[in-house]
Amino acid sequence: MATPGGKPKSKAPRFADAVRGHALGAPALSFFLMVLGTLRDLVPIIAVIAVFQLAILRQPFPDLGEIIIGLAFVMFGLALFVKGLEMGLFPLGESLAQDFTRKGSLFWLLLFSFALGFGTTVAEPALIAVAAAAARAAAEGGMIASGAEAERSFALGLRYTVALSAGAGIALGVFRILKGWPVHWLIMSGYVAVVILSFFAPEEIIGIAYDMGGVTTSTITVPLVTALGVGISSMIRGRNPLLDGFGLIAFACLAPILSVLIFGMLL
Amino acid sequence: MGFLENIGAVILGTLRDLAPLIGLILFFQIIVIRKRLANLKRVAIGFVYVVIGLSLFLIGLQSALFPLGETMARQLTDPEFLGLVAGAAAAWDDYLWVYLFAAAIGFGTTIAEPALIAVADKAGSVSGGAINPWGLRLAVALGVSVGVTLGALRIVTGVPLHWILMAGYAIVIVQTFFAARTIIPLAYDSGGVTTSTVTVPLVAALGLGLAANVPGRSPLIDGFGLIALASVFPIIAVLGYAQLTARLTRKREPGASTERT
Repeated sequence: MATPGGKPKSKAPRFADAVRGHALGAPALSFFLMVLGTLRDLVPIIAVIAVFQLAILRQPFPDLGEIIIGLAFVMFGLALFVKGLEMGLFPLGESLAQDFTRKGSLFWLLLFSFALGFGTTVAEPALIAVAAAAARAAAEGGMIASGAEAERSFALGLRYTVALSAGAGIALGVFRILKGWPVHWLIMSGYVAVVILSFFAPEEIIGIAYDMGGVTTSTITVPLVTALGVGISSMIRGRNPLLDGFGLIAFACLAPILSVLIFGMLL
Repeated sequence: MGFLENIGAVILGTLRDLAPLIGLILFFQIIVIRKRLANLKRVAIGFVYVVIGLSLFLIGLQSALFPLGETMARQLTDPEFLGLVAGAAAAWDDYLWVYLFAAAIGFGTTIAEPALIAVADKAGSVSGGAINPWGLRLAVALGVSVGVTLGALRIVTGVPLHWILMAGYAIVIVQTFFAARTIIPLAYDSGGVTTSTVTVPLVAALGLGLAANVPGRSPLIDGFGLIALASVFPIIAVLGYAQLTARLTRKREPGASTERT
């Protein structure tokens, strides 16, 4: 995309005008500034790794050239990702929300919300990795029989439990927006349920269950879900996008914790 | 330039993540809504940007920062580096460097988290500027930092995970009663947004390294839980940040109507 437009026929002071005048010029310039802007987002992690490497572990950087090229990739990629969200996922989420609300079919809206949560979670690589690790932990803890077959079916059961409940969580969250219920009563009841279930669930499953909440929502799902919530709440009269549009992710995180605790108790 | 070879693999991986989403949207758009998408070309270009951008971002991280961060997590939790006698019981304060690293890496990775950047910008535009995206991200990063540090402390001391988590929930519930209503949904969301692409690999490496090296801990059982703590404490931090800014603006403009939005 970065094709700095503008034919350099004009004199130097006119360069900025020439860039702006060209069809691609202004976006290219603003994109370049965005790439530079991402540096601010990356300074803390670069500083942490540099300080620990040089001052505390006292080791030189193994391959500085590769690290610098990698950082350039990170900056460019982050800027492109954010730009793409603004162009693609955010407007799409909002237009879907508007179309569903106009259609007025609660069934299809809830089905879409559920499918969004389920479909994007069940294939999530982080979930697959954590579920496999959890199956090993459960086999070692004596919770399930050891052996590849038992572990595989445990991991699969875990993944479907998490994905189904993430879908149910988002559907419940959308239903809440339509009804205008306050988010905190639902979430707090969820917390109370988690605490109560924690006393009854087997100890090996507790750590796994708590972590499952965090792995459900990927970097691509989060913006779409957010746009969906904000879109729905801005379509319904009397809803405030800030008050009602957010909160979907919270449901997608809490529901899997509950269902994995129950899954552990049923085993 | 070994890492350039896996560009194709990473782009394919990102596409595979995106495939269910695209399939779902196409199905509902064509079968259920039956309406042509406005700005179809622009949206499609946006999707291409998202795939390429996220892939480049991950490739860069995997070649530049992750290997170093993971090696560091292993080295810092190594008993030899910490000056411990192998096999001897360790006191909690033998691991001060680990806590410092946990706090710093939790903060640094969260600031770089793309999903959080997106949600914070959205919150800024939806609130009409009342919520400062940068302030929100700093608050969330601070929360993750505290959460990961407590998680490391928990692995060393062996305090059961659910006690810390319940204490966290209790704080969230108390704060909810005092917080401005408009910030509550966003604060709850920020818990789940934080732990994605950047934070999870580094934090998981820290947890596994620590659980493998502290005597009496099992990496399989005690390695879990860091992510959970990293998703509760941002809620506390964002609610606290909202209360703090509300109080500060009230102090700054005495007599002015306190707009709690």
